Amino acid sequence: MADKNETILAIRDLKVDFTTPDGTVNAVKGIDLDVRAGETLAVVGESGSGKSQTMMGIMGLLARNGAVTGSASYRGRELIGLPPAELNKVRGAKVTMIFQEPMTSLDPLYPIGRQIAEPIVHHRGGTYKDARKRVLELLELVGIPEPGRRIDSYPHELSGGQRQRVMIAMALANDPDILIADEPTTALDVTIQAQILKLLRSLQERFGMAIVLITHDLGIVRHFAERVAVMRRGQVVEQGTTADIFERPTSDYTKMLLAAEPHGRKAAPADTAPIILEGRDVVVDYRIGGGLFSGGKAMFRAVDRVTVRLREGQTIGIVGESGSGKSTLGRALLRLIPGAGYYRFGTTDISGYDRARMRPLRKAMQLVFQDPYGSLSPRQTVGEVITEGLLVHEPDLGRAERDRRAIAALKEVGLDPDARNRYPHEFSGGQRQRIAIARAMILKPKVVILDEPTSALDRSVQGQVIDLLRTLQQSHSLSYIFISHDLSVVRAMSDYVVVMKDGRIVEEGETDLIFEAPADAYTKALIGAAFHI
Amino acid sequence: MIAFVLRRLASAVPTLFIVVTISFFLMRFAPGGPFNLERPLPPATMENLVRTYQLDQPLWRQYVTYITNAVTGDFGPSYIYKDNTVAELIGKGLPYSMELGFYALLLALIGGVTMGTVAALRQNSALDFSIMSLATVGTTVPNFVVGPVLTLIFAIALSWLPAGGWGDGSLRFLILPMIALALPQLAVFARLTRGSMIEALHADHIRTARAYGLPSRVVVVTHAMRGAMLPVVSYLAPCAAALLTGSAVVETIFTIPGVGRYFVLGAINRDYTLVMGTVILIAIFVIVFNLLVDILYGLLDPRVRHD
Repeated sequence: MADKNETILAIRDLKVDFTTPDGTVNAVKGIDLDVRAGETLAVVGESGSGKSQTMMGIMGLLARNGAVTGSASYRGRELIGLPPAELNKVRGAKVTMIFQEPMTSLDPLYPIGRQIAEPIVHHRGGTYKDARKRVLELLELVGIPEPGRRIDSYPHELSGGQRQRVMIAMALANDPDILIADEPTTALDVTIQAQILKLLRSLQERFGMAIVLITHDLGIVRHFAERVAVMRRGQVVEQGTTADIFERPTSDYTKMLLAAEPHGRKAAPADTAPIILEGRDVVVDYRIGGGLFSGGKAMFRAVDRVTVRLREGQTIGIVGESGSGKSTLGRALLRLIPGAGYYRFGTTDISGYDRARMRPLRKAMQLVFQDPYGSLSPRQTVGEVITEGLLVHEPDLGRAERDRRAIAALKEVGLDPDARNRYPHEFSGGQRQRIAIARAMILKPKVVILDEPTSALDRSVQGQVIDLLRTLQQSHSLSYIFISHDLSVVRAMSDYVVVMKDGRIVEEGETDLIFEAPADAYTKALIGAAFHI
Repeated sequence: MIAFVLRRLASAVPTLFIVVTISFFLMRFAPGGPFNLERPLPPATMENLVRTYQLDQPLWRQYVTYITNAVTGDFGPSYIYKDNTVAELIGKGLPYSMELGFYALLLALIGGVTMGTVAALRQNSALDFSIMSLATVGTTVPNFVVGPVLTLIFAIALSWLPAGGWGDGSLRFLILPMIALALPQLAVFARLTRGSMIEALHADHIRTARAYGLPSRVVVVTHAMRGAMLPVVSYLAPCAAALLTGSAVVETIFTIPGVGRYFVLGAINRDYTLVMGTVILIAIFVIVFNLLVDILYGLLDPRVRHD
């Protein structure tokens, strides 16, 4: 076993700068960090903290406009400033890396077996044929079923979790000393996340390599890392053992990060509260494939006989992994996509309503999306974005009145009213999500469907958005349907939880009941994966 | 795969039919006719001609006759080259056009892809700017300027190459028209390649390849270039169809006996059958090359494989 006191990678005064048209950006401002043999070091920070760029700098993977200075010494060998040909002897062999995006980190045009074999062939010599045996071993090792068949599969034929396993196989191929894992589970579903982390841990126990885990997710850090370095704005603000960091944090920033874990509970409305939105036996089918000449079309049932009743003042959390049908259900409940079943808004039966008849009701039923970047038109000012709905629903309002309403809505979501004359790209992710919320709130809705509204945000920003949503709910007696794969957020937001899998409800009930005493095996796995990794 | 090809060929039939129908009627609705010459023909001669070529029949009957004949491979006589059928004219000229077009295509493809790749790898360098300026020149300066200038320099001033004609068909005769024909397409290929190479080099999987210590030659050629070729391959179909069916301008300047002139001459003289023949020829080329490109696409990209 490796000697855990031996430093194998010593980073000293490392700086990463990017030259941009607006001047030089100092992404990493001179950090010192040690990686010891066989340990798991977590580098934690929010987006823009420089945690990824530190590792990219060492590995020679910075964007063209980036430059790295300082020192990173791997077992006495300086890596910074090495010519590419020399660096190529270290990277991919002794120091390897896996990335956040398992979907795009593999070349879509080559079979996975060949891609795993590439570093073997290049670092050890031999032919692809020779490497095949080793590749099969590696696939077996990372738990790819039927390696003999899968070795010739293309990346698009594998799931996200399997692709990350393939990346891990690649990383292990040359018996590395250090494996850098850059947000390795961020893009994956929680149950898959847990499997990947378990795999990494068991491989580490077996082969003894050090793991540098770059992540924003404190939950993962707590259960996985031995030491933690917290980064903020290009600097290491605190480092120490995991226990120390979590129990006795010294820097204010670390304390803030720890406190930003969503907390609090929401009380359920009275049983007598009237039902504001109902979908009974909702079924949504998608047509897949089929063309003019190819004939046969297939149907895919995204939502299969699901019943949801939302009471006034209630928040129903809909949880499930990607492909579970939770977003589709949300859209079907708002009658944005066609679906079979019985639908009711307040006391009105809206089952047979077409688009035109739904329009007057839309004002009261709003939707906030996950992606605060994609859901705001880049060519409209924030003022135009948030008042657009008023033009449709309250066309009689004068310009001055619309402006007054825009100011009020922006104030309500905690933004400066001057924001209405600026464009969305001038705002951060959290601010954009506030703009998206203001756009919904300006119409004074009764029901808001929140589709992963916090998933693209940093934890500390997430907390603020959650607080905002709670305040709005109380002051306007709103009813929410909160769709998310993030169980800790759902737990803090909802008073009732629906767990979906493969288009069906597997379990539902009051939030505390679901989280404390889940009955269904899938719910148990989901909650186990999220909270006790 | 075979099923895919058969299905595509079957779907080509209605496409061709629609192309033929639209061109037939467009041609007939254009004012004038094949025998409206500057010096009018005596009425009796005119009447004779019209009857011989069945132009006195109702339009729908002419259309039905044309279609039924065309299906059997009879595209009728040409109205201006009176001793030849359209099939003979095209059959005679096509080999010249195709040979010239093939060389031009090779030049455009190899030259353009090489230049585009070099430009992408040296993005925003002096070399990149020079290559892209050259490409702009290639796109903006028309054939009828490039052709005579080339002749002036290489045939007349330097006397290195013949000024025109097919001669014995040796490469010497082909070089100048080939360059004139290829240049605009070369510029397009260079531009396309540069753009998609730059994008490909920024892909996440390129970062993976670099992170695993692969030599940059392997990163560029094996991983970036194959993906970057997809948009280039898409453009290959219309480009090949255009080059192989000849260019009126280049063939006229260099007096090449190809089919490129027929489309323009036919249209000007209202030589209905000749225009229709050329239209069908181009349509078939476009359809066939689109099919070939789709097959090639499937070979390059496993995600769109046709099974």
